[in-house]
Amino acid sequence: MSHSGLLKKLLLIVVGMFAFAFALVPLYDVFCDVTGLNGKPSLDVAAKSEKVEASRTVDVSFTTHSQRNAPFEVKSRQYSVNVQPGEMAEVKFSAKNLSAQSRVMQAVPSVSPGKAAKYLHKMACFCFDQQSFSANQEVEFTLVFYVDTELPEEIKELTLSYTVFDISEATANNTVLAKQKAG
Amino acid sequence: MSTVAQTEQNHHEHHAAKGFKRWLYTTNHKDIGSLYLIFSLTMFLIGGAMAMVIRAELFQPGLQLVDPHFFNQMTTVHGLIMVFGAVMPAFTGLANWMVPMMIGAPDMALPRMNNWSFWILPFAFAILLLSLFMEGGGPAFGWTFYAPLSTTYSNDNTALFVFAVHIMGISSIMGAINVIVTIVNLRAPGMTWMKLPLFVWTWLITAFLLIAVMPVLAGAVTMVLTDKYFGTSFFDAAGGGDPVMFQHIFWFFGHPEVYIMILPAFGIISTIIPTFSRKKLFGYASMVYATSSIALLSFIVWAHHMFTTGMPLAGELFFMYATMLISVPTGVKVFNWVATMWRGSISFEVPMLFAIAFIVLFTLGGFSGLMLAITPADFQYHDTYFVVAHFHYVLVTGAIFSIMAAAYYWLPKWTGHMYNEALAKWHFWLSLISVNVLFFPMHFVGLAGMPRRIPDYALQFADFNALISIGGFAFGLSQLLFVAVVYKCIKGGEQAPSKVWDGAEGLEWDIPSPAPYHTFSTPPEVK
Repeated sequence: MSHSGLLKKLLLIVVGMFAFAFALVPLYDVFCDVTGLNGKPSLDVAAKSEKVEASRTVDVSFTTHSQRNAPFEVKSRQYSVNVQPGEMAEVKFSAKNLSAQSRVMQAVPSVSPGKAAKYLHKMACFCFDQQSFSANQEVEFTLVFYVDTELPEEIKELTLSYTVFDISEATANNTVLAKQKAG
Repeated sequence: MSTVAQTEQNHHEHHAAKGFKRWLYTTNHKDIGSLYLIFSLTMFLIGGAMAMVIRAELFQPGLQLVDPHFFNQMTTVHGLIMVFGAVMPAFTGLANWMVPMMIGAPDMALPRMNNWSFWILPFAFAILLLSLFMEGGGPAFGWTFYAPLSTTYSNDNTALFVFAVHIMGISSIMGAINVIVTIVNLRAPGMTWMKLPLFVWTWLITAFLLIAVMPVLAGAVTMVLTDKYFGTSFFDAAGGGDPVMFQHIFWFFGHPEVYIMILPAFGIISTIIPTFSRKKLFGYASMVYATSSIALLSFIVWAHHMFTTGMPLAGELFFMYATMLISVPTGVKVFNWVATMWRGSISFEVPMLFAIAFIVLFTLGGFSGLMLAITPADFQYHDTYFVVAHFHYVLVTGAIFSIMAAAYYWLPKWTGHMYNEALAKWHFWLSLISVNVLFFPMHFVGLAGMPRRIPDYALQFADFNALISIGGFAFGLSQLLFVAVVYKCIKGGEQAPSKVWDGAEGLEWDIPSPAPYHTFSTPPEVK
């Protein structure tokens, strides 16, 4: 083969591998979606639970923390609830804007252990939408959820964690909204 | 014959310009090989000086000499310099010098690109090193630049780190392409694939690894750049990204990278051991296949660096078994080296001393690697000095020792002079003893729980750390002997014959010492 012919082929590999590095980003998301590995629960409103499995119970704990300088305090009223798979549960959260300006908040849920993520169904959640707060406003949110009856037997407790972000500036130019839709 | 000599002479005058321009404009593989090797030695000393700063700070518990932020810059830049500035350019330099001579080619296939791939390197490292003197300092997030350390929590000089890594990557990709084209297209008639010297084989495979993974590294640093400066969120959960994904992308590059730094070493050892055992290499074909399997396996083991990130059990088991599988082809290689020495008439010249030390100590590093591969055990070893001990055994007593062995083996061919044997032996023995004083106790402090990359430590580690630092200073000073040996060897010494070692085989020993500026202008016949 001529030098330039081989050179072109090798350069093609280089360009291909550079593109592959970026292709890893969507591939990673697809892989995590399929396997439910990284604890990202669905942001869609779930259908109502159809049956209850009374033979066992699962502990569901709640934790929240505000990211970086997000001026919000979000707390669940209960530390944890004990539910049967399929049983509907309601948990109240109080949320407060600590700043003296109106802000927009987005909560991002995450479930641990990661593989329990796809078994936690939310019918109502403040994380479905961006939440606007006026200065120092305090709001009560209700989370309605149930744990799937398909939840593997060995999982006896799981944690639903919310990370709270201040997206006031981002909503001003609408970038996060677009990203959320795309994601 | 005389006309051939005449044209060679004209060529010589035409190409070898004098002074600085000779080196700046050179397209000669031997010149560029020398440039790479000298550059690598310089970087080795600079990176080594940084290691001295680290060991001086860790000589005693508490904060003594440097502030923690500067300490972090030292660990980061030490790693970057040694990986991209010392080990990789040294191997590229050896490839430049030796590959054309070993396959009977007149030069590298793409000589102008060769010049370019070397001359962008000093700029990359100037950018990296000078960023240390900027306000806020240089990169301080470890050579692995994990997000969010390199994105959210790094300073504005991170762009300089990113551009430096881009340039290093482009340089090694060009170097690798050149090696592949040279080996595929310029082999002398009769030099079939299974007659290639093993150094050439291992470099060919390394070159393919390089063009496969250096672009992925370029992608990773580009994502860090855009996350930090242009508002993307590849690794930021706030925008839908994932910091763990950084580690997947980085180690997808990073694990093949560690084989990039060891496969050419395997080639060097496979060249030196037969020479001084005065026997043919045992199991040539199995060496080729073992090297290829190591290269292929290197793509499916990356997540063993990430056992503690919360992978599912199935993933941990897969990466554990895949990692352990690599010890099979590696074991084949070690077995073949030992079998080559078995019943050979061995003599212990300095290259052979380094090669034997390589086999023993690299294998030791391989064993600690196996320990780290055991997922449940890794939870204890992760991010401790045990890891530091492991990768310094495979990289210092592995890669660096093989480079030293290669330098002593081919120095007489390059310079035309024998090196000073007594001084070289001093260099070997001092290095061998001090390197073990330096790295062996790190296993113990690591197992006892001393974390890496921290400028201070708990009091119970004090004695071991003082010992480690003494070993470190001794090893660092010993390398000055190497500089002295090389300098003296270039300046003069006993005239070396064309076949420097009586047991050596290969085309490079058919040409006079020092190797003339142009060799194999007419290809040799290989039988």
